[in-house]
Amino acid sequence: MTDGRPDPDDLLQVVKEETHRSGRGQLKIFFGACAGVGKTFAMLQAARQLHAEGASVGIGIVETHGRRETQALTEGLPVVPLKLVGSGRPIKEFDLDGALASGFKLLIVDELAHTNAAGSRHAKRWQDVEELLDAGIDVYTAVNVQHLDSVNDIVGGIIGVRVRETVPDRIFDRATDVVLVDLPPDDLLTRMSAGKVYLPVSIERARQNFFRRGNLIALRELALRKVADRVNADVRTYRISHAIQKVWPTRELVMVCVSAHRSQEALVRESATLAKRLEANWIVVHVDQPHQGDDEQARQTLFNLAATAQGMGAEFANIPGQDVTQTLLDYARKRNATKLVMGNPAGRNVIPFRPRLAERIARANPEIGLILLGVQGTGGQPLRFRPERTAPGYAKALLIATAACSVGAFVANLLLRVFDVANIVMLFLVVVVFVALRLGRMAGAWASLLSVAMLDFFFIEPRLSFVVSDTQYIFTFALMLAVALMISQLAARLRSEARVARAGERRASALARVARNLSGVIKIEQISTICEEAIAPLFDARLELLLPGADNKLVATREYRFLDLSVAQWSYDHVQEAGLGTQTLNAAEALYIPLKGPMAPRGVLAVYPGDQPLTTNPDDRRLLDACCSSIALALERIHFVEVAQDTILRMEGEKLRNTLLSAVSHDLKTPLTAIRGLAETLEHPADLSEGERGELARSIRMQADELKRLVTNLLDLARMQSEGVRLNKDWHTMGEIVGSALSRSAPVLAPRLIRADLPAALPLVEVDAPLIERVLINLLDNAAKYTPPGSTVLVRAGTSGESMYLVVEDNGPGLPGADPEKLFEPFSRGQKESSIAGVGLGLSLCRSIIVAHGGTIHAESRAPHGSVFEIRLPLGAPPEIESETGHD
Amino acid sequence: MIKPRILIVEDEADIRRFVRLALEKEGMNVFETATAEHARIDAASRKPDLFIVDLGLPDDDGKTLIRELRGWVSSPILVLSAREHETEKVEALDAGADDYLVKPFGVPELLARVRAQLRRSSIVSNGAAASSIVRFGDVTVDLATHEILRFGEAVHLTPIEFRLLSALIRGHGKVITHRQLLMEVWGPGYSERPHYIRIYMAQLRQKLEDDPSQPHHLITELQVGYRLSGLEISEGSTPPSNSTV
Repeated sequence: MTDGRPDPDDLLQVVKEETHRSGRGQLKIFFGACAGVGKTFAMLQAARQLHAEGASVGIGIVETHGRRETQALTEGLPVVPLKLVGSGRPIKEFDLDGALASGFKLLIVDELAHTNAAGSRHAKRWQDVEELLDAGIDVYTAVNVQHLDSVNDIVGGIIGVRVRETVPDRIFDRATDVVLVDLPPDDLLTRMSAGKVYLPVSIERARQNFFRRGNLIALRELALRKVADRVNADVRTYRISHAIQKVWPTRELVMVCVSAHRSQEALVRESATLAKRLEANWIVVHVDQPHQGDDEQARQTLFNLAATAQGMGAEFANIPGQDVTQTLLDYARKRNATKLVMGNPAGRNVIPFRPRLAERIARANPEIGLILLGVQGTGGQPLRFRPERTAPGYAKALLIATAACSVGAFVANLLLRVFDVANIVMLFLVVVVFVALRLGRMAGAWASLLSVAMLDFFFIEPRLSFVVSDTQYIFTFALMLAVALMISQLAARLRSEARVARAGERRASALARVARNLSGVIKIEQISTICEEAIAPLFDARLELLLPGADNKLVATREYRFLDLSVAQWSYDHVQEAGLGTQTLNAAEALYIPLKGPMAPRGVLAVYPGDQPLTTNPDDRRLLDACCSSIALALERIHFVEVAQDTILRMEGEKLRNTLLSAVSHDLKTPLTAIRGLAETLEHPADLSEGERGELARSIRMQADELKRLVTNLLDLARMQSEGVRLNKDWHTMGEIVGSALSRSAPVLAPRLIRADLPAALPLVEVDAPLIERVLINLLDNAAKYTPPGSTVLVRAGTSGESMYLVVEDNGPGLPGADPEKLFEPFSRGQKESSIAGVGLGLSLCRSIIVAHGGTIHAESRAPHGSVFEIRLPLGAPPEIESETGHD
Repeated sequence: MIKPRILIVEDEADIRRFVRLALEKEGMNVFETATAEHARIDAASRKPDLFIVDLGLPDDDGKTLIRELRGWVSSPILVLSAREHETEKVEALDAGADDYLVKPFGVPELLARVRAQLRRSSIVSNGAAASSIVRFGDVTVDLATHEILRFGEAVHLTPIEFRLLSALIRGHGKVITHRQLLMEVWGPGYSERPHYIRIYMAQLRQKLEDDPSQPHHLITELQVGYRLSGLEISEGSTPPSNSTV
């Protein structure tokens, strides 16, 4: 062993470590050829040893079947209690939630292939185990070879009984460890005769067959082969992941061609084994021919077939096409398939002289590898499926065809007086086309025969007899029958193609409509509406969108009886379908489909079919999946639009704040600097004259007043921004507010002439008085700042129409700039680099306040000079005042 | 002449300092305290003629202190508040304060308010034989006969206008809140209709002020109440005290 090969133990170590690093639990399978080889025993022994070493080991479920030695092994090991499941007669089942919450690092979960009692979360125990592994818990489990999906058929052939409880091969393949628990058949037989072997009920019937020595040898061989394959695969995986082999051929792609027939499941299973041997990817392909119609049973079979294939790791494709051979070859070329697998039908050709599909393919493309697998009961054309109309359906169609021919004959009888027989033939052909188009192939053929018969019987001499006098007519009949049959075939095909096309088109256009609607959506509520109005009718089901709220918990937008949020949450958390018609939590009333966006799951769609069964039509399912993808995309788009908007808002807020901060810090620092300097000068009064001291002190006071104004405006603005503009409105007289504002502004306005012109009979206005006063004070301050001493400032008010106007005007230099509206934008000041302090806060605050009152504020320059600020406030309906006479 | 005794309750030392300096220059006797607790002790021991109380004290709310003092002290209380909110002022006035000043305030304004309050309180406490005639600006009011003269000419007031005017006169320049005025003039049941006062105040101004939009006597304290400024009372005369306030 010095050829440089890595030590297998090292390899296993690597795999183990890799699994561990990925955070997923490790699965160890105790694998046996059949019941009674001692898997549970071996598993418990291993667990006990770990437990003795101090590992955190617990028993999830163990089937001891009452055997004492096994029972003894479980003693001393901690147990996750079983739970009762199901209504009526509850059954003790493995408690998945309890196990997840138990905190054990390693759990023993016996009987991997077990089918859970109805009402459990998952249909199968292997799904429970998957969830444990996903949660990072290691699992020891046991399974027999006959329960593996891929060998199910083979075992069925050996023991004569199909095992229903199967485990997908990928579980077996992905297990970290597989321990073969082997017992030679002779020993097993000895144990059995000693009564030490328990058999599941399903196999009990076949007990005599099952434990034949030949069977046991065959099963043992199967088990050994399985384990040997696995070890090979392990090593190869290691090689690939470590690039040991320099040249690695591109992976093969095996394409398995199936028809919609139950027997094809065996073909799929065989192909799975084959693909694995070849280490190839594989696809299962079915050609959807137009004439297959809408047979529900076939659809169901196909759907099951797809599920089986996907369960075994294959991709499934249902491709539409008229010519099977060509469609398959095109698809194979497109996907670069290297081998085609098809069933080798045992029966005779259905259509004589027509080469079988395999031959046709081989002829059309001799290079492609073709593998024919003998599969029992495939029968007939492997890729053909004959739609079977029900007997009553046929009877009805034939009856209508007969009636149509009769009507044709009657009309022909009327026309015969005018036209000759040749034209009558045409009339019958028209009837045949009509029947074939409306009623299909069979009715068309019947109509053809009937037409010829009627023509002979009613219109050809001698009439009312099938006897033909002129032998020429025999040729006419033969020709007419041939033409009629041909026409009816063509018409029927046309009809079925049209139908398939219509169905396809209906789905395509529905999807296009949904996608188009969703593409324009900007709110989540709109998606809900689209689900309800556009998507739900397609499936004749009710749909509900469940979206994650805080902490990723799903929230229903509406309360529906059918909704089960815990199932939805599971589906969302695991990004897997759950509920009705799935393998998980299928007791739920609705199907829950996770909406997988490209970045993350965005929610769950609940599909509630009501009283009808959930659609299993693969085309419908594809359409539903496509709709879900579209919804997920729309949700993701909305999510990112929101994120983007938030960011933009934050950025704009940031920008505004920065502008404000720099403006405010400038305007605050200016008076502060002045105050500080002036005060420092005053600290040495000896150097100053009496007059200078007074002058300095006055300057300090004026700077302080400026600061006060600034701070007041800032505080008001901050309050309005944080609380929104909350108005404390009451009915006021405008005179009072103006009076208050004028008296407060008087010191600033001092060297100017101030006039107020308010009519005595102004009505009451409903305003927040201190805020309106603030507006006036700001306007008056503005006038004080931008007009020279000696100017006149006039405040006047009045009513016009439905509003009260309030005007502050001056005869100063007027407003700067062309657009006075700009003055009301935050932080704009009339003159740049003005020496006059004050952030442009004042006017923007004014506008916010007036707008909050439902009013307007405008500014304009007045010719020849001066500026005008006009406020308009809406006049409400002032409250009634009781007349004074009534009061005295 | 007895120096008026003033107690300043204010936690900010610099404000105490300039208020003290300004008042002492006016010949007043000033005591300082920084907490409500000390204020209670000083109020009992110093017996001040006037309190200047800051609303935001470190150990208690100024309004609580005012309410407590009002229980056993009749001296005027002048409130200092940095809080711009009108409800604060109204609450302080309703608690028993006589006037308020919003920070930052100027020294002249402070002195004017202090003098006005001292004058009012001395009139209220000394006044015995009351003349019923008062004067403000060009207006003479005879509270007994309800006669009002402006520039020597009779002015007719409606009964409510007169009751409103006399309520303000009885306040002696103290700020009277809307609620107090409504109670006094209209009676209970009208306390939620401050627009009544506004209407009648506007009418009073039209009749008694030179420029009603820039009043000199009937002063609005926006959102708080009203004050009559410039009231002159002839020697030895006093209107009946405003006992309901």
